[in-house]
Parts: sequence; C-alpha cells; structure tokens
Amino acid sequence: MRHLLSTRDLGHDEAVAILDVAEDMADVADREVRKLPTLRGKTVVNLFFEDSTRTRISFEAAAKRLSADVINFSAKGSSVSKGESLKDTAQTLAAIGADAVVIRHGASGAPAVLADSGWIDAAIVNAGDGTHEHPTQALLDAFTIRRRIHGSAARAKALDGVSVTIVGDILHSRVARSNVWLLSSLGAAVTLVAPATLLPIGVTEWPASVGYSLDAALAKRPDVVMMLRIQSERMHDAFFPNAHEYSREWGLGDERLRTLAADSIVMHPGPMNRGLEISSGAADSPRSTVLEQVANGVSVRMAVLYLVLSGMKEGQS
Amino acid sequence: MPARIVLQQADITRALTRISHEILESLRSGDDLVLLGIPTRGVVLAERIATVIREVSDVPVAIGALDVTMYRDDLDRNPTRAPSPTQVPPGGIDGKFVVLVDDVLYSGRTIRAALDALGAIGRPRVVRLAALVDRGHRELPIRPDFVGKNLPSAQTERINLHLEEIDGDEFVSIEEAAQ
Repeated sequence: MRHLLSTRDLGHDEAVAILDVAEDMADVADREVRKLPTLRGKTVVNLFFEDSTRTRISFEAAAKRLSADVINFSAKGSSVSKGESLKDTAQTLAAIGADAVVIRHGASGAPAVLADSGWIDAAIVNAGDGTHEHPTQALLDAFTIRRRIHGSAARAKALDGVSVTIVGDILHSRVARSNVWLLSSLGAAVTLVAPATLLPIGVTEWPASVGYSLDAALAKRPDVVMMLRIQSERMHDAFFPNAHEYSREWGLGDERLRTLAADSIVMHPGPMNRGLEISSGAADSPRSTVLEQVANGVSVRMAVLYLVLSGMKEGQS
Repeated sequence: MPARIVLQQADITRALTRISHEILESLRSGDDLVLLGIPTRGVVLAERIATVIREVSDVPVAIGALDVTMYRDDLDRNPTRAPSPTQVPPGGIDGKFVVLVDDVLYSGRTIRAALDALGAIGRPRVVRLAALVDRGHRELPIRPDFVGKNLPSAQTERINLHLEEIDGDEFVSIEEAAQ
C-alpha cells in the first residue's frame, strides 16, 4: 500500500488484510514490552491543519509503538498562520526527510493533492479531509464491529450480513462517507438516518439505504447503531429547529436504548455531545464501544503505518 | 532444472523424531519445556515434535507460535509481509527452556529477529534452536542446536518444504531458482 487516502480505494481483500494486521498489532498491547522495532529510523509527521485530540494522539501512539520518530505539526503556531502554502509546507517536510505524512486538513482532497503533487515522496495517510473521508476511523469502526461479533476468532472474517445504521449529520460527516464505502465493501448492509437537511445531494447513489426516521430504522433491529457528532463548527445554516428537537427525533436516548436488540452495539466516533445525539445512559452502557474504538484506533493505525512504510521502495504498486 | 526431492515424508518424520529425542536428552530435571514455532511451517513442526515428546515421555510440553515479521531488518528489501499471530503458551516463557522451531535455517536473520521478539514477551532460562533443514550460508553468528538434515546448497538454489497439514503433501526438494 503506497498511501491511504480513501476507503473507496480499498477492495474487500485488502480491507480484511489491514484488519488482520491490526489484530496482530492489538496483541502487542497485551505484552510486557508494548513496542515493536519495525519502523526504527522512519520519520512520521503528523500534519494537522484542523484541531484534533484523539486522532492525533492515536497516530502518535501508533507511530511510537512501532519505534518511528514522530514530529507533530499543528497549523496553529506554525508558519501556516503566516500564510505558508501547502506546497511550501510539503516541501519543507520533504527536506526534513519525512517518510510518512499523516494529514488532517479542512479542505476535501488535500491529502490526494499531497500524494499526487510530486512535492513530497512520503507515504500519505488521510486523517480526515474536510467533508470527504476519514479512512482510519472507518477501519477502526469495522475492526471494533468485527471484534465484538467474532471475538478472538475475528481474523480473515469480513462483515457479511451485519446491519449497520448510521445516524446524524451525514452531510458534513467524513466518518459516515468512509464507513459507507468500507462497510459495504466488507459485506455489511448500511442504513443512513438523518433529517433531510443533513443528507447530501446524491446520497441515493451511495451503497446504502436512506431513511428519515430513527424509530423506523431501530424497529428493524440493526446489529450496530453508529451515532455521529453534531458538528456545531460546520453548522452555518439552520439545519434543524433546535437542539432539543434534534435530540427528540434523532438522538439515542435511554428510551430508544431499551428497544435495541440484546447483542446490538452502540458506536460513536467521538467527541460526544452528551444529551444531544447520545444520552449518557447510552454512551456509558455495556453496549457502547466508544472506549474500545479509541483503543482499537491505535492498533488499526499501527497496521496502516506498517503497511504504507514497509516493503520495497522500487516498483511499488 | 526440475525440483529434486531430497527428503521424503518418512525421512521428515524420522528427523523430527530424532530432534524430539535430542531435545529430551538436553533437558535438565526441573526444566519447563516450551516449543515456539516460527510461522508458518515452524508452528506445524513444533506441534509434531510436541506429539512425539508426549508419546515417548511424560515431560510436560507447552507449545506456541512466535511471529518475527515486525522484528525483521529486511522489511525495506522485500514486498510487504503480512504478519502471523504470535501465541504465547498460557504459562508464559519466563524461566522456561525454550526451543525455537524453524523449517529451513539459512542466513540466520529470521532467528536474530526471533531472539528480539522473544525478549518482548519474556525472559526464558535458555533458548535453543531446532531446524528441520540447515542449508548453510549463515550471515550471522547463529548455530542450531538440533538439526534434522544438513543440506549443503548453492545460494542460487531454492529449498522447498511441503508439509501435509499445509500443502497436502510432504517432502523437501531443492531446485535451481528461476532467474
């Protein structure tokens, strides 16, 4: 794997292979020495133009567990605030000798620009770009679902027959997009539920069914309910009347929680708006995988960094 | 040049039986024996050696698998390798008599990686090395303690090991590598 830009680029087998490597990485977390020498001497740059805590520290922990050197770069307090272009930043990182660049950017497609521009030879990993994609989040979600269903026998398995309902701000959500492509290529049946104002144009073309009513979707007893964060920083329009009404119609409250099937799970990519899209009762229930998702994120990102940074430099595919 | 069979199934079985007896003879009383196979075929060989040891003695033997992929020093020189699971036996390896089991011993780099991998999961009392085939051409100061068959080979040749459990047939063959 040269770069990881989009889950659309991943075939079924490649996605399963990444999840299998992540299983091996997860085993390392249980060892006495939780560090592997694999990426010794490689430099990984975390290039974050947008705020992020969990994704950045997750990538940092992943790179450090593989013995890579990590340079954290956030746009605040850097030359970007003085007006430096993405090109100049990329060329600076190339001159420093970055082997991989993990990039989060507010503009959709920024990681692809970096990968195709020729400004830098490093492997590019998309850590969230605008409203486009967040592939490692989707991979860790798939990993979490697979582990919950298959336990320690998860290796080599896909998600055939698993029903996943994704609820909330689909319009702005790169997590939803990456999950739709990945989960459907792994064989899961994805349903999107949102107010009509928070569904993007063209959503009917996606490999997912679409509904407006959360209660109707939950009545079908999905195996997985994934709640998305209401992204107030991207809410520049009146998408719904008020928070209370959103919560009543599309929030996962204690009452809806009780209607879920016994072994179904509740996911949230974080950070959560408790009381808005998810109640504390749901977030802290045994069904909730929120903290598992964070822990699994490190294993999945270790797998991705290993796969983009190992292998021959010449003649790569 | 077609592949030339150098060990038949019966030869492999006999070699593994001999290795099993040699391991038993080298144990001191009170030693806890752990066989760690190096994936993929080393794991099968470790299971076979364990079976023989259980048949001919009452020495308790634990088995596991030790993946060395993440410890290799040649990851940049080869296509990306998919790691295999490491399985540490329930009792761990601390203070144990650990025998690493590999299929074909060649440069010694796999074993170097295995020794590093071992250090990450515990501290055995001693570590020994068993290999079904030793083909020579060592690049590191590593020497096997138990060898099934010494097979002098040219570096241009390939050694193939097939095992019933994985390949459906069983032999060791040697062939000129395709250029």
